[in-house]
Amino acid sequence: MHDSSKRRDFLGLTALWSTVIAMGTALAGVMRLPKPAVQPGPLRVFKLGDPGQFAVGSVTRIEAGNFFLFREEQGFHAVSSVCTHLGCIVAHNEGEGFACPCHGSRFSTDGSVVGGPAPAALPWLEIALSPDGQLQVNAESPVPKGTRFRV
Amino acid sequence: MTPIQEFLENLKHTPRHLRESAMRTGRVPQTDRERSQSTFHNLFLHLQSVRTDRRSLRFAYTFGLGLILTASFVVLTITGILLMVYYKPGVELAYNSVKDIHFVVPAGRFIRNIHRWSAHLMVLAVFLHMARVFYTGSYKRPREFNWLIGLVLLVLTLGLSFTGYLLPWDQLAYWAVTIGANIANSPREVTDAIGITAWFDPGRFQKQLLLGANYVGQESLIRFYVLHVALLPLAITAVMGLHFWRVRKDGGLSRDESSPAPPARIGSRDVEVFAPTKTYGLMAVVRGRTPVVGKAPEGSVSSWPNLLWAEIAALMFTVAVTLALSYFWDAPLKEMANPAIPENPAKAPWYFLGLQELVSYSAFMGGVGIPSVVLLGLGLIPYLDRDPRGVGIWFGGPAGRRTFWQSAVYGLVSVLALLALTVNLGWLRTWFPTIPQIAIIILNPATVIVALYAAWSLWVLKRTSSIRMSAIALFTCFLAGFIVLTAMGSIFRGPNWHFYWWPSQWPVH
Repeated sequence: MHDSSKRRDFLGLTALWSTVIAMGTALAGVMRLPKPAVQPGPLRVFKLGDPGQFAVGSVTRIEAGNFFLFREEQGFHAVSSVCTHLGCIVAHNEGEGFACPCHGSRFSTDGSVVGGPAPAALPWLEIALSPDGQLQVNAESPVPKGTRFRV
Repeated sequence: MTPIQEFLENLKHTPRHLRESAMRTGRVPQTDRERSQSTFHNLFLHLQSVRTDRRSLRFAYTFGLGLILTASFVVLTITGILLMVYYKPGVELAYNSVKDIHFVVPAGRFIRNIHRWSAHLMVLAVFLHMARVFYTGSYKRPREFNWLIGLVLLVLTLGLSFTGYLLPWDQLAYWAVTIGANIANSPREVTDAIGITAWFDPGRFQKQLLLGANYVGQESLIRFYVLHVALLPLAITAVMGLHFWRVRKDGGLSRDESSPAPPARIGSRDVEVFAPTKTYGLMAVVRGRTPVVGKAPEGSVSSWPNLLWAEIAALMFTVAVTLALSYFWDAPLKEMANPAIPENPAKAPWYFLGLQELVSYSAFMGGVGIPSVVLLGLGLIPYLDRDPRGVGIWFGGPAGRRTFWQSAVYGLVSVLALLALTVNLGWLRTWFPTIPQIAIIILNPATVIVALYAAWSLWVLKRTSSIRMSAIALFTCFLAGFIVLTAMGSIFRGPNWHFYWWPSQWPVH
């Protein structure tokens, strides 16, 4: 009598826990689904053509990549135009720096925050020369401020 | 009677038999007993009690806000399904399909306008309904849990509005959702400031969950679409059912039990007092509260047709208001989404503009920190304020009314003063350009206003020794702050989020 009730308890608990585990595993699968192994999105590496076409002192806005390309005496550098506050696209004002239209964040010419709610500086982006001799900017890869690219 | 005669006879009476079999009694109820059976024996009507307390039907008590909410949800469901006939959730197709709905589809423009206006009405009504329930003390025992269910409904309503906002795929939609997704990402502000983002990054997780990618694109559109037309409507329908069920099981609408029930009269007609029947007996043995158990039935009237009239009136009001607004004002549709050029200013719908104003001080505090604190605070109200007095009375009496007015003035003055300071003199970063970000996250106009409100509420608690008064003070302050900040974000912020007096011409950009 005692033994049989123990066995029944055991069987009952086994059934209960197997249900819990099955449901938990199913739930984990459901929860896992919304996060794909690879984040979809466009390729964020941009080829900009021959470096020679950018005059010294020029600022070029690359719309597709949401960054600005600067050519100065010391070399090239690219500054992201995506505001670090909430992702709007900043405008560049010659000599003043950058201004965000959404919540009024302002950045100096090197991208550091000088006003508004932005929590961080605009990142500088990695520049390289592609094998076919074109200037290539990787908009996903930030580099330390002041890193310039010389051809 | 020959078989053929019987056949013809039955055929002749089929309409009557059909009516009788469908409606049981087959006629408009004449007696109170038949009226209660009409309610009790109908799947849709039996959700409500067969008798309704007369105090629950007073317009000045509820303003019919719950009914208006239900009615606007019904309107939204119907118009939403109609819009789904033409809407195509793809980045290349969405914008043009909405344009087709506006310009080509017969009545499409009108249906879309109705959908938009009833969504606005629903959001407005959900805030007002919450305020009504709060100020009448209706969240108190035994209705605490239904207050929490109501908060879930508030969040679901805002979620439905927000997900619907992206679907037209115009500039307004694209940039509002970019901002929204980055608000979800804003815990990064904090994790970055303390340098743990590499190990613990809830912001990135939330953003990717919402967008399905790192950018607003096709994956985001389809996610928002699924949330908007399937997941959230199903969820809100289920939770609404729960909400109604609890209203019924917690004893109907709250009312002042200490005052004598008004006599059962409708207009000049006395209503016959309802004698307990079998239905009554069955309900009495079930533990719990129904409007009539333990109470004399004199104060109640039969729900059929009295409650039904109120419900139909609320539905008619909702439909009339949305139709009138939809006739005169079109739902906006800007240019097609362009990821390279933001709207200036990029504004969310009006009910999020108070938050957007806070977000313009600190994304994390305005978008995540303070909303979470407010929701948590609202959820705790019924568990912290357990004084059973004053239920069913607006503001709980004259003392509460006084606290309400004082708090409204305090709430308005303090938020206006702080905004004036911020607009004219700037904030910490204007004064100390090199100040670390963490200092701004902790000390910004948004946190200051919350601190001022909390301090006032504590002072009221100390002065009155009443948690109820303190809750009224805090709720009223937040309501005043919400209204002022929403007005600020909607009317007084122009390009670059600069302050512009209204009415004034924004510079052309």
